[in-house]
Amino acid sequence: MSAVMSNPLKTLVNREFSSYFATPVAYVFLVIFLVLSGFTTFWLGNWFEANQPSLTTFFQYHPWLYLVLMPAIAMRTWAEERNSGTIELLLTLPIELKHAVFAKFAAAWAFAGVALLLTTPMWILVNYLGEPDNGVIFASYIGSWFMAGAFLAIGTCMSAATRSQVIAFVLTVVIGLLFMMFGFINLTGGSGWWVEMIANLGFITHFNAIAKGVFDVRDLLYFLSVMAVFIYATMVIIEMKKAD
Amino acid sequence: MIKINDVTKRYGEFLAVDKLSFNVEPGEVLGFLGPNGAGKSTTMKMIAGFLAPSSGSISVCGFDIENDPMRAKQSIGYLPEGAPAYGEMTPNRFLQFIADIRGLTGEHRKQRLGTVVEQLGLKKVLEQPIETLSKGFKRRVGIAQAIVHDPKVLILDEPTDGLDPNQKHEVRNLISSMAKDKLIVVSTHILEEVHAVCTRAIVIANGKLLADETPDQFEARSRYFGAVSLRADGDVESVIAALSAIKGVASVETAKDGSLIALPKPGAQLFDGVSNMLHDRAFAVRDVSVLRGRLDEVFRAITEQGDRS
Repeated sequence: MSAVMSNPLKTLVNREFSSYFATPVAYVFLVIFLVLSGFTTFWLGNWFEANQPSLTTFFQYHPWLYLVLMPAIAMRTWAEERNSGTIELLLTLPIELKHAVFAKFAAAWAFAGVALLLTTPMWILVNYLGEPDNGVIFASYIGSWFMAGAFLAIGTCMSAATRSQVIAFVLTVVIGLLFMMFGFINLTGGSGWWVEMIANLGFITHFNAIAKGVFDVRDLLYFLSVMAVFIYATMVIIEMKKAD
Repeated sequence: MIKINDVTKRYGEFLAVDKLSFNVEPGEVLGFLGPNGAGKSTTMKMIAGFLAPSSGSISVCGFDIENDPMRAKQSIGYLPEGAPAYGEMTPNRFLQFIADIRGLTGEHRKQRLGTVVEQLGLKKVLEQPIETLSKGFKRRVGIAQAIVHDPKVLILDEPTDGLDPNQKHEVRNLISSMAKDKLIVVSTHILEEVHAVCTRAIVIANGKLLADETPDQFEARSRYFGAVSLRADGDVESVIAALSAIKGVASVETAKDGSLIALPKPGAQLFDGVSNMLHDRAFAVRDVSVLRGRLDEVFRAITEQGDRS
């Protein structure tokens, strides 16, 4: 046990993850997430009228939900450390910066995972009412979680850039929106390799590919790359802006 | 041991620390003095490995803080300015977190946690969120996390700031009790602290080292050091004249409360002279005492001289 417990990365992730549940904010967030995902599915998506035994309408609104909700999870990660001065405490402990950065991201991603897991009643409901393709549903859950990770990586990065949580939130929404817009470039009527390339940088393109049940590793790799880029950028920003 | 070698820190154009060099040996309690904005905190942040020097090098226990930060940080306990802590955690969880990060395990971990809770009197607040604690308790939690791994080097940035006199006394006693087997650097702008806990005092202003000596030497710089103060009833003028005539007296001042202060020439001892004079002349005087140096005055003299240069 001692060998496991002395792993600083695990200790950091544990602390970060449990800090979400130390205040009512986490529970409020989870309730809002569940209410909004119900609202988008049943009301905006007309799930009952559609009369399809699938969760397509449930998942199709996830990018838009995440655009607002994931920045809310991520905004406090580094901004609060900076604001309260604990960043100085954290970064003078004998830990690697990459561990500190990854731990915050991982805890946020795990928290998003919990939020997603709490929607399983939807999956039970659709299985009770009909015979859905559970493979597609499983793929959609994975895709949704990976997309959440990409939003969170952007969010932790923006949080590292400022001590104001509000600014971190707004910046994350703006950049997130940009990544969403990439996917809509086909609608401009343009064509050519560059349209294709920009479309491929979009979240929705890859999320929809996964959510269709076409399980292509490249779509997951895309989200992993976005996460890796922004986690790395977080490290660079923290290193640069320590003194602020 | 800490070696600070020609360290400079710039923030853009602003020069926070200017070619600072000094060493600290185990067993020393170094008081780090200077006006606000002098570069004290910046220097401590660099020793603790939070900020990197713009040039120069720092080593702690033989490990360079930039090239071997992990091992250097392992030997340091650090209380940042303002004693930041995760407000939503309880002292219990917070200290366990620090102990885990510091790699304490098993019986040793349990014993160290028990010891610091005992030493800092945290028992009755162990399960309250830190953000709900009083300033004094927050400070104590901050000190507890700095010493939980029993570090060889302890860096405390204003450990008694914002504490009441009793709490200050406790913290100073704690520092003194740990002093013999550790190397402690304490920054403060409370000057009496220097005498209470330090074996050595360093004064910096505008990032430059202005003085580095023992508290006694520091005090001896004061023109009040070794001065004799007394209250004269009756013929004050003659007493002043008689005091001024004593060998070694540089001048005689009248303090705000009416007492007379005979200031010594550098190195002169006044007490015997004053005592003989009083005996011979039979003046009616009270409250005769030898003064210690006035640290605030020395501090002002040193730092203002630094401003001019």
